[in-house]
Amino acid sequence: MDTFTPAGTILNGASVQDALMSARAVNVFYATKHAVKNVSLDIARHQVLALIGPSGCGKSSFLRCLNRMNDTIQGARVEGLITLDGQDIYEARQDVAQLRARVGIVFQKPTPFPQSIYANVAYGPRIHGLAKDRGSMDELVQTSLERAGLWEEVKDRLSQTGTSLSGGQQQRLCIARTIAVNPEVILMDEPTSALDPIASAKIEDLIDVLRTNYAIVIVTHNMQQAARVSQRTAYFHMGDLVEVGTTNMMFTNPQQKLTEDYISGRFG
Amino acid sequence: MAIIDPRHAATQLIYERVFRTATLGAAILVLLILGGVAISLVRGAWPAMAHFGFGFVTHEVWNPVTDEFGALAPIYGTVVTSVIAMAIAVPVGFGIALFLTELCPPLLKRPIGVAVELLAAVPSIIFGIWGLFVLAPILQKHVQPWLIKHIGHIPGIGGIFHGPPFGIGILTAGLVLAIMVLPFIAATMRDVFDTVPPMLKESGYGLGATTWEVIWNVVVPHSRVGIVGGIMLGLGRALGETMAVTFVIGNAHRVSASLLAPGTTISSSIANEFTEAVGDLYTSSLIALGLLLFLITFTVIAIAQAMLRRLERQAANT
Repeated sequence: MDTFTPAGTILNGASVQDALMSARAVNVFYATKHAVKNVSLDIARHQVLALIGPSGCGKSSFLRCLNRMNDTIQGARVEGLITLDGQDIYEARQDVAQLRARVGIVFQKPTPFPQSIYANVAYGPRIHGLAKDRGSMDELVQTSLERAGLWEEVKDRLSQTGTSLSGGQQQRLCIARTIAVNPEVILMDEPTSALDPIASAKIEDLIDVLRTNYAIVIVTHNMQQAARVSQRTAYFHMGDLVEVGTTNMMFTNPQQKLTEDYISGRFG
Repeated sequence: MAIIDPRHAATQLIYERVFRTATLGAAILVLLILGGVAISLVRGAWPAMAHFGFGFVTHEVWNPVTDEFGALAPIYGTVVTSVIAMAIAVPVGFGIALFLTELCPPLLKRPIGVAVELLAAVPSIIFGIWGLFVLAPILQKHVQPWLIKHIGHIPGIGGIFHGPPFGIGILTAGLVLAIMVLPFIAATMRDVFDTVPPMLKESGYGLGATTWEVIWNVVVPHSRVGIVGGIMLGLGRALGETMAVTFVIGNAHRVSASLLAPGTTISSSIANEFTEAVGDLYTSSLIALGLLLFLITFTVIAIAQAMLRRLERQAANT
């Protein structure tokens, strides 16, 4: 399996025209574990790319390379080239904070800061100096919450703590918080795995709406979810990118035996 | 239905009763001890309190020969040395804790952590000896002359660095105390910083926050209760520390604006003078000093509790 994709090989469907982000021959190591092996994959504008595969297949590790979240993990090492608008994001003079403002991330579990709903959303704009005065901050908070589909539910209690919301609301708050910085790409690491079906459905609807403004990469264990929300799907197996293509093609006519087995539920 | 041996059930019940009674007894014991200490302090201090009245805490004179006793100097010394100690130890301890939890390369993490804990294990008498024979001469020769020359003549703040460089005095005691309470503050803060969920920190980084911004906006707010706790633990030790302070403070019953002048603290006065206290009023005055320390410590804890409650309310409303 180790040589599934030799360095330099780019799978059919892995590259797209006018890609927003582009990964070439990316390898990720955690201490001794080789978590991502020679993955080359493009991220298109205004599209949702789903990363699927069994646990430990490297999909989350790959996702975390895209805004250098792996930098915060002790002993993690990333090799290869990743570009955003043609710029190498791993080059020495890259400002990591700026990169993460452009490539936001939403995690598995909702992680609101122990502050008010307002302060949670205002945090990113505040540290990046995106709002000039109180009025424009109020506006930014409102639009971000509206885009995350949470405004109607929280507009009367913006001063309550973020942790007082339900799980699904907290996750939408985290999405609002990410949107508030006005990123170009939103990474989502199993954003609904801690939520009930109704809350999950709301997030899925939201992802479809957000696509008009942002490129989205979503890691999911739920294949129905991948089929519902994404336009392109990439299948990872044991660190290798096995197959990638339009979601329609991947779910109806996969080219690889491994992909077919996983999608038809034979393992995973 | 499960069949339970009734004898077994009876034994279980007895154990449960014994267990409940034992824990209740332990809890009540705390109240009894605390009450006992308070009562014996008040009884012992009563003659002095009756004789001097409220003037005991406002008078500076402490003269065993004429049987005149005022607690102002020891109260002043206790408060000022503790303030100096906290002013130094809180920011430094905060820095150590942050470095250890957020910035330290893994190779250094253990050695520094162990060193901090070892510093806490050094007996106070060692700090006293070191303060007297090492720190005080250095301060006397190099630091204090500089302070007197450059700051001593500035109107206003100059007064705190005025007079001859004795080496020992309020400032030296404050510095020694700072070193002594530092490991407690650093270790407590480190432990609370370690409890911040990694996901929360990652969320900060994920929004493009720098390490400093994550520390200041995520780690610190999340651990503010523990931070206050660490500070109070340090302050409690600084207020009550006896031996090391006695070595370096100069033991003079007087209040002077200059930090370079010798002074005394409540605990060092008691330790120094109890053996030679002749006469009931003298002994009673020393016990009254003890009662005052008891009250100061109580007040500090009460203020800390009030602060914590305010912090929690603020957290709910921000």
